[in-house]
Amino acid sequence: MTTTDMPRKVDAGPGRAVPKKRPGAAGGGLRRAVPATTLLWVLAAVYGFPVLWFVLSSFKPAGDLFSSLSLFPDDPTLSGYKAAWDSANFSQYFINTAIVSVVATILTVGVSCCTGYALAKYDNKWLKVFFICILATTMLPGEVMLAPQFLVARDLGLFNSLAGIIFPALLTATGCFMFRQFFLTVPDELVEAARIDGARELSIFLRIMVPISRPIMLTLAILSFQWRWNDYIWPLLMLNDPDKFTVQIGIQSLVGAQNINWSVVLGGSVVSMIPLIVVFLVFQRYVMNADINAGLKD
Amino acid sequence: MTKRAPDVSASPPRRRSKYTVAPLVLIAGNVVLFALFFAWPAVIGLVYSFTNYTGVGAFQFVGLDNYQNLAGDSTFFDALTRTLLYTVLFVPLNFVFSLLIANVLVSKHAKGMSVARVFFFIPWLLSPIVVGVLWRWLFGENFGLVNHLIEKFGGSAVPWQSNADLSLLVVVVAASWAWTGFSMLLFIAAIKNVPVSYYEAASLDGAGPWRQFLNITLPSIAPTSFIVILLNTIHAMKEYPLFAALNNGGPGTSNNLLVQYIYQTGFKSGQIGYASAASFVLMLILMAVAIIQLMVNRRVENR
Repeated sequence: MTTTDMPRKVDAGPGRAVPKKRPGAAGGGLRRAVPATTLLWVLAAVYGFPVLWFVLSSFKPAGDLFSSLSLFPDDPTLSGYKAAWDSANFSQYFINTAIVSVVATILTVGVSCCTGYALAKYDNKWLKVFFICILATTMLPGEVMLAPQFLVARDLGLFNSLAGIIFPALLTATGCFMFRQFFLTVPDELVEAARIDGARELSIFLRIMVPISRPIMLTLAILSFQWRWNDYIWPLLMLNDPDKFTVQIGIQSLVGAQNINWSVVLGGSVVSMIPLIVVFLVFQRYVMNADINAGLKD
Repeated sequence: MTKRAPDVSASPPRRRSKYTVAPLVLIAGNVVLFALFFAWPAVIGLVYSFTNYTGVGAFQFVGLDNYQNLAGDSTFFDALTRTLLYTVLFVPLNFVFSLLIANVLVSKHAKGMSVARVFFFIPWLLSPIVVGVLWRWLFGENFGLVNHLIEKFGGSAVPWQSNADLSLLVVVVAASWAWTGFSMLLFIAAIKNVPVSYYEAASLDGAGPWRQFLNITLPSIAPTSFIVILLNTIHAMKEYPLFAALNNGGPGTSNNLLVQYIYQTGFKSGQIGYASAASFVLMLILMAVAIIQLMVNRRVENR
């Protein structure tokens, strides 16, 4: 009902208020803490176990993979990783995916920041039209336009090139709306003051607005990095040459084979998880506090 | 802004042109991208759906033939019903678990929240391909941990891969597992916005935690619940990579969903026109979902 009426002060309230009110309630607190904590950690264990089992399995030698039920590998080995890295060409896939993800992320943040600022701080009919255009992209995800998008990219000469995966992915409604939302909260007086000081429009944007939007940039960068790193179907269509494959295609081609070499699959998959988990752990608070809203689209 | 418009036109034209040029320069990049990779494909996709185009060479307009064939194509209908079944199973399961976890995570009694939160969130980071591989590894028929354990406790191996329905069930569980982190974040934000005084009043009146959840939390977060359901529905309708990695749409073609069907008719058998028609049907479904979302959003905002 009133989800937005009473904002944040609620967050700070409960934790401190309770002990202050009832100093003698420690016993009751414990009685309540035990079931809640147990439930939390049972759920966490259920959610964490598949990943744990997967990662630990990847350290088992190929011979033990199917016979050993022990959680921890008896004699841990990196042979699966080594095989994936050398023989299955994973190092190449990894480099390709890294190039695509980094370049696409930088460009996405750039164009989204420009568009978001224009939509928030200027007002004319072209911007209104374009706003609706961006809204329309949320209703037509890439999956429903696979064939025509492929034909367009092919006609533009992007087939079988990394640019062919980067460019079609740059426009995201999520990114534009995140920046628009942020710049709407920046007071117009800031822009007016700079104008009175004689700053030109684009330098107001570059010198004042871009620096203050850093948190949004980081949030979008993390999201964008994740989207591009995990992309599967579009790169699969675009890339023909195994030297240009991304990690996800590499893994899928190993799993799609008649005889799956699980040792290599496990090693390769675990390696492919590492960059995302590192990025996430470092920038956790930007993702957790992200204002992810209904416009979310990858 | 509209009120200020006369001011702008009264000021020297140089300044006014600046105000038009600067924003247009700023959006130029996205405008080009929009035109090339959204508007153009959308238009030719619609046009091709009325042709027999194969991706190369000439094509002829065939009117509504593609749509008529689609209506009589049992493979297409199997894919469509399978997609709907998957959505109907995945959305509620994901909803229940992410709401439960969100509630546990905002409860002030549980210890170790910030660490536990990471456990729920990591699956969302993984790519659908890796999630598929991971669950295939757990539920492999001859080698998976789950069947190992079942056999150890005296059961017989369950055909997780060769039975179509069980295979779909594994995908549903895997998808719910992977998407909990995202839905959970939305729920946590919503629950934290419920005024704490409601709960204080309720507990003074003697309402237990379950009553409080049913009568305060659930109604208060209704708009968020709606958004979670819609986003997950849209996501489920276009699922493909998870199936590709987990069972490759199998056994056989029994778990081919719509996007896989489109991919296969369009790119494996080269019937671009026909695949465009199928895409158009998927688009209509997604549009319907999006329009419902817009309507409800508007109602919520107007309150």
